[in-house]
Amino acid sequence: MNEIRLEAPFSREKLKELKAGDSVLITGTIYTARDEAHKRMVEMLRQGKKLPFDIRDALIYYAGPAPARPGQVIGSVGPTTSYRMDPYAPVLLDLGQAGMIGKGPRSPEVKEAIVRNGAVYFAAIGGAAALIARSVTAAEVIAFEDLGAEAIRKLTVKDFPVTVAIDSQGNDQYELGKIKYLNKNRE
Amino acid sequence: MRELHVDQITRVVAKLAEETNFFLGEDVCRRISLCREQEDWPVAGDILEKIEENIRIAGEERLPLCQDTGMACVFLEVGQDVHLTGGNLEDAVNEGVRKGYTEGFLRKSIVADPIRRGNTGDNTPAHVHYEIVPGDRVKVILAPKGFGSENMSRIKMFPPSAGAEGVKDFIVQCVEEAGANPCPPIVVGVGIGGTFDRAALMAKQALLVPLEEPHPDEFYAAMEEELLERINGLGIGPQGFGGRTTALAVKIKTFPTHIAGMPVAVNINCHVSRHGEVVL
Ligand code: SF4
Repeated sequence: MNEIRLEAPFSREKLKELKAGDSVLITGTIYTARDEAHKRMVEMLRQGKKLPFDIRDALIYYAGPAPARPGQVIGSVGPTTSYRMDPYAPVLLDLGQAGMIGKGPRSPEVKEAIVRNGAVYFAAIGGAAALIARSVTAAEVIAFEDLGAEAIRKLTVKDFPVTVAIDSQGNDQYELGKIKYLNKNRE
Repeated sequence: MRELHVDQITRVVAKLAEETNFFLGEDVCRRISLCREQEDWPVAGDILEKIEENIRIAGEERLPLCQDTGMACVFLEVGQDVHLTGGNLEDAVNEGVRKGYTEGFLRKSIVADPIRRGNTGDNTPAHVHYEIVPGDRVKVILAPKGFGSENMSRIKMFPPSAGAEGVKDFIVQCVEEAGANPCPPIVVGVGIGGTFDRAALMAKQALLVPLEEPHPDEFYAAMEEELLERINGLGIGPQGFGGRTTALAVKIKTFPTHIAGMPVAVNINCHVSRHGEVVL
């Protein structure tokens, strides 16, 4: 399996080259946000307020980490299930968000927004949270501190391992992987 | 009458909260490595390897296996010859959860109200289930339950005419619809019979059974095996990217039911299948 190294934030051209099923190691800046943070961000937009970080070309990681022990950069931090963010994702993608990292399939509306904007949806391994925490080199709460685990955090990551789950053309590895596997076994 | 101070319950709950979040049972670890050896899809094998690496790291460094350290589900089997002293039992359990989740740097994932939300800040309250049993011991079981998988659980009130086939199809369908969401490979807990609430409780308790221990009734042991075979033929695979290993095990619990009904509950757990127990 070939592993692709990518630096975040990344250009749409680079995103276009990624294909569903590719293994990618991400290095750079990403932002955590999950249920409550998404609700608040979309509410802020409705009220004409500025978002707490520049959404253009940003990569959002659907995650709420465990607390860091003294001396630790961050606690265990795996992905949370993405479909809960489906009602909010198209709005943010249309504002220029480059993509997201999560786990599990997305709605047709999110897929359309991904294709429309040339974005990418990555999947990290659900439950491999202690392993993933090793690729986080810095973490800082930048908004909604009152939400605890659900606050928005700016993370610096190095070789964060993900799979391209939905590419910019809308190919969905959650459908393709299963079909390819079942076809192989039928041969 | 044996006396037992509730502080002991607090201590044990706190210890279990930490340990179940750092270490998986050997049965679960064995199943995962067996599945990795048998996996015939490279991506799937690779994911299972990373899952095993995660287990190693979490254990060695005493870190939570998953950031979702769950809602604390506590099952107390209280001997009828025990007199609990020193305070309220449920308060003692919650004090243990508070202590374990705070001192262990575990995530606080509980909101005070289901609709109005608002994090309680200390992962309390726990979901506590009590059972009075013979003897003078108290068994404390703690199972932190993540909601990625809890959200994929289902219950259905079948008419008796649905038969074994109806039950099996429903269970397989639940897993198929859950797909990648509950972090496969999963453990499938099934409760059949009783009442609406009893079926759901049994489905959760089925997740506490050692994975390698078949149902004592041959009929249900065969059903567990058949279901596992069918589920692992769905092709979902680890994390939903294809493969054989969709489930590690299917566990069934049953109870007598009414002439008019056949409740079936399916409680899904992820590969981070956590639970531990201490007898006092
Ligand atoms: S379903 Fe399990 S492995 Fe997945 S995020 Fe929740 S607790 Fe972790």
